[in-house]
Amino acid sequence: MNMPRFWREISGRYNLIGSRCGNCGEYFFPKRDICPKCHRKSMGKMESVKFSGTGKVISYSIVHDPHPAYSDMRPYVMAIIELDEGPKLTSQIVDCEPEDVHTGMRVKATFRKLAEDGKEGVIFYGYKFKPE
Amino acid sequence: MRDVAVIGIGITKFGELWERSFRDIGIEAGIKAIGDSGISGADIDALYIGNMSAGAFVNQEHVASLIADYVGLAQTSHVPATRIEAAGASGAVAFREAFLSIASGMHDIVVVGGAEKMTDIGDELANSVQAMAIDQEWETVFGATYASLHAMMARAHMERYGTTREQLAMVSVINHRHGALNPDAQFRREINIDTVLRSGMVADPLRVFDMCPLSDGAATVVLASADIAEKFTDKPVKIKGIGQASDTISLHDRRDITTMDATVYAAKRAYDMAGIKPEDVDFAEVYDSSTISEIMAIEDLGFFDKGKGGKAAEDEKIALGGEIPVNTSGGLKSRGHPVGATGVAQIVEIVKQLRGEADKRQVEGAKIGLAHAIGGTGGTAVVSILEAMR
Ligand SMILES: [Zn+2]
Repeated sequence: MNMPRFWREISGRYNLIGSRCGNCGEYFFPKRDICPKCHRKSMGKMESVKFSGTGKVISYSIVHDPHPAYSDMRPYVMAIIELDEGPKLTSQIVDCEPEDVHTGMRVKATFRKLAEDGKEGVIFYGYKFKPE
Repeated sequence: MRDVAVIGIGITKFGELWERSFRDIGIEAGIKAIGDSGISGADIDALYIGNMSAGAFVNQEHVASLIADYVGLAQTSHVPATRIEAAGASGAVAFREAFLSIASGMHDIVVVGGAEKMTDIGDELANSVQAMAIDQEWETVFGATYASLHAMMARAHMERYGTTREQLAMVSVINHRHGALNPDAQFRREINIDTVLRSGMVADPLRVFDMCPLSDGAATVVLASADIAEKFTDKPVKIKGIGQASDTISLHDRRDITTMDATVYAAKRAYDMAGIKPEDVDFAEVYDSSTISEIMAIEDLGFFDKGKGGKAAEDEKIALGGEIPVNTSGGLKSRGHPVGATGVAQIVEIVKQLRGEADKRQVEGAKIGLAHAIGGTGGTAVVSILEAMR
């Protein structure tokens, strides 16, 4: 992934900035410009919010066969995490043994290196999660 | 809306076809289907091509033009040729668009092809291209692979419903058993549960034999308005119902990762249109991109209650001779999964069965068949229900 493309999503990936619908109050991550529930009524009413970064594991997998840019981390744990505000996201779980991860486990966001682009040597950063 | 029938089918051998190009296989399937249908080139009103990523796999875009040209339809009849991309559902969406173009009265005879050539680039790169069907910004960037997302569905299904590792393996065992009977299949070797459980770990709990392979292959069907179908074939197969639905592209945004709502909605639309219920279906081709996706499919399509799909595999209810044979072609796992071709290849298998031409894998008394295709991890689903007209 090239630098400008990554840079455009930094507010979400660095700071967990998403959206809240001013019409129904529902939270979304990443940011959305329209609420899938309110449609037209949410136009112009989507507000920026920063998520607390705490949540729980919905499901997970231990990845043994990753894309090349992630090879030096393997095996690593990928998980779907439900934030306490409601939205779900996909992230790695770090700072614990893969076998200690379980469904329902409480986790919190931490800022880490995501991947290194071998060709250009660019390092990408963003959120991962660790046991709370 | 007019009734539409399949009047011709053609398929290439699936596999790693190193000696054959994208162009070669696309044309072979097209010519076979046109030959099978009894039409001539001048009868064709339009061409639809399902293809996920020829640009990334073989550096060629504009593939509808390419195939129209080399099947001989560009310079003389100048037919409209349209390429459709919906990841693994590309061929199935192309089939539905072709159906709509005839049902609407716009066209009378339409050719639908699906083709993908995945093995010209290395496995690592091919896997990355296939994974472009998942959300690059919010899944892939964080290290998610296509297999790891399926693995998360599998774990959730196992924890919630008690689905076992062995039950998942049985899906692969049954599909290989079926594929061994299909001369066009990529893998024609029977396996057992141990083969699956001893294969390399890809994304825990899923292993190499839980996942479909990278493949080359193409398939084509010819559709016609039902009222003229019998002029061309004595075994027309009617498209009785067809439904398409969407869901979020990211797996994490789904309401529930143990069910694919896109499948549920596409199926409901297809069943309503056909005026039938799941129990009326005699056999099906479903989207087994992984063993868990087949288990979820047979539940979401209404063949088995939610959470009972694993047991159905264990009890071989989905094997030939069982309650509802599923993936008699071998499915994605054994027949192979050239992404854009799969949705059309499924229709080819359904039509063979309904014509009674499926040879050693023939389903006895096959009258109604269902095809189910998925794009990505479930962002798109298409369900088609077919019935022999006589
Ligand atoms: Zn809203």
